[in-house]
Amino acid sequence: MADIEKYLRKSALPHIWCPGCGNGIVLAALLRAIDKLQLDQKKTVIVSGIGCSSRASGYMNFNTVHTAHGRALPFATGIKMANPELNVIVITGDGDSTAIGGNHFIHSARRNIDLTTIIFNNSVYGMTGGQYSPLSPVGSKATTAPYGISERPFDVGNLAIAAGATYVARGTAFHAVQLTDLIVNAIQNKGFSVVDAITQCPISYGRKNKMGSAANMMKWQRDHAVPVNAATKMTPEALKDKFIIGELYRGIAPEYAAEYDKLIERLRVQGGEA
Amino acid sequence: MNKARLMQGNEACTEGALAAGVRFFAGYPITPSTELAELCAEKLPKMGGKFIQMEDEIASMGAVCGASLAGMKAMTATSGPGFSLKQELIGYAAIAELPVVIVNVQRSGPSTGLPTAPAQGDVMQARWGTHGDHGVIALSPGSVREAFDVGVHAVNFAERFRMPVIILLDEVIGHMREKVVLPEQKDIIIFDRKRTTLSPEEFEAYKPDADEVPPMMPFGEGYYHHVTGLMHNHKGQPALDGATTKEVLSRLHTKIERVQDEITLYTEHFLEDAEIVVITYGGSARAALPAVKQAREQGIKVGMLKLITIWPFPKELVQKVTAQAKKVIVPEMNYGQLVGEIERYVGLDKVIPVNRYDGHLFHPDDILVPIIEAAGGAK
Repeated sequence: MADIEKYLRKSALPHIWCPGCGNGIVLAALLRAIDKLQLDQKKTVIVSGIGCSSRASGYMNFNTVHTAHGRALPFATGIKMANPELNVIVITGDGDSTAIGGNHFIHSARRNIDLTTIIFNNSVYGMTGGQYSPLSPVGSKATTAPYGISERPFDVGNLAIAAGATYVARGTAFHAVQLTDLIVNAIQNKGFSVVDAITQCPISYGRKNKMGSAANMMKWQRDHAVPVNAATKMTPEALKDKFIIGELYRGIAPEYAAEYDKLIERLRVQGGEA
Repeated sequence: MNKARLMQGNEACTEGALAAGVRFFAGYPITPSTELAELCAEKLPKMGGKFIQMEDEIASMGAVCGASLAGMKAMTATSGPGFSLKQELIGYAAIAELPVVIVNVQRSGPSTGLPTAPAQGDVMQARWGTHGDHGVIALSPGSVREAFDVGVHAVNFAERFRMPVIILLDEVIGHMREKVVLPEQKDIIIFDRKRTTLSPEEFEAYKPDADEVPPMMPFGEGYYHHVTGLMHNHKGQPALDGATTKEVLSRLHTKIERVQDEITLYTEHFLEDAEIVVITYGGSARAALPAVKQAREQGIKVGMLKLITIWPFPKELVQKVTAQAKKVIVPEMNYGQLVGEIERYVGLDKVIPVNRYDGHLFHPDDILVPIIEAAGGAK
């Protein structure tokens, strides 16, 4: 059992999350991944946006920044560029990363800057009481969609891949062990990495959609998740209403902060020759 | 001694900021500020610094906040519409106490307005643009050389007081070219943010020193702490009680109010016997000074106070130089913004606003005529 308590800022606890919330499971998976990799705590920075999940940064004993709504990635980009030695991990929610922060999300992926983004995806704006997000499924209900959502959601994995991310994975709070491994891989990838971590919000999403207790919502995750390999053997019809978990994409591309440092070095050498 | 150079205001401002130690710039293209980004893109990597063109104005502001946390002196530059977009994160930098410099090369607005025409329409936005209460430092140079000096001062003030500092250029000063002799690097006073003398265990990121400014430790050195836009205690952790809120909000003002004299930059012209005082700043001062001189030639006892520090508003200085004045004339390239502050401290009866807001800079006659009228006609 990994000792993850040493990574928690005990003076900031208890957390603000509701009973049954899956954010703690995703946070623990992240801390286990950090422990597994034995990341240098001093050289690890956690950056979050605004929302329930983004409060996680405050509970973590690192250099942590709780930024403004949607803006975790620009802050993280500035931190990584200013000091590329730092491991920069971004905690964000589905609304934070794909609605108000959507532009930053695609451009961070395009640059392939070495940031690891964990999306705590609970399909809802929880902090404001249950409005639909760009990742809420069609037909589900929210306080701002009392008759069901008619907007189509993003497939955030495909969005990240199309925009240029070099590691994209999806896990769930139910599959916590796998989620840890996916986060380990994401942190190890030298480039922009995205882990879509599906988690449950029993209060603001589950109740509205009659999904039962937190445990029932986790069973829903178990029953609707299809591993990548299994999905390749399934028909589109069979995959309807399911989602794929595991490693969705691995790619190789130049990493932005390192490329910029190469430019500095090139100019230094040229300057020396002149 | 450095050689004389023909230089543009935007270029001089960039040079000043770099001389003061800026090594990170994030920006987004917008007229008439783009030269600052272009120069930083060229110069910073040669100095070991970093330039990044972000996806939008908000991202640029976020990136400079991040770079500042990681220990770099950081700057962004924009113009009217971009300044509006940056406001939320300027407020973030205020409450999280992040040293950053925002250059706003003002153009005519609102909205897209006149993108290449000068204006001074963002004076009140610089003061009140973001939501909530906090102190603001905004500096407005009136010449190319002053643009350099203000570049240095803005970075120093940001580092010294741990706060966002705004440079209000206008299109006149930003794009104008003048002959300047810049000071040598060794003669430039540079202020770096304070570090703590405490151990990581003892360190509290938001515990102010006697000067009301908390020391700042860059990320990556083991001084773990939390940074948030929520109201926070000395550890930086969210604390939403009344006492904490009052303490933090008060300090965001008083940390600069207590040293107003050291922040107040200005020049004085013919004020000794002035019965009429012109108070102006930035591009407007370019036309006001010849108007004052011409009026003097006509025997009118008129002087001029050119403010460089606009915020915090130098109320005591303004009261002092207008104490003997019969009339106070305030030319601005807007519908009337800073004049409200001057009326507040000088009195409504004395103050004559002179406004130009048609996208053109003042002609000296625009200011000479009201001076003559205030003096009771031509002598």
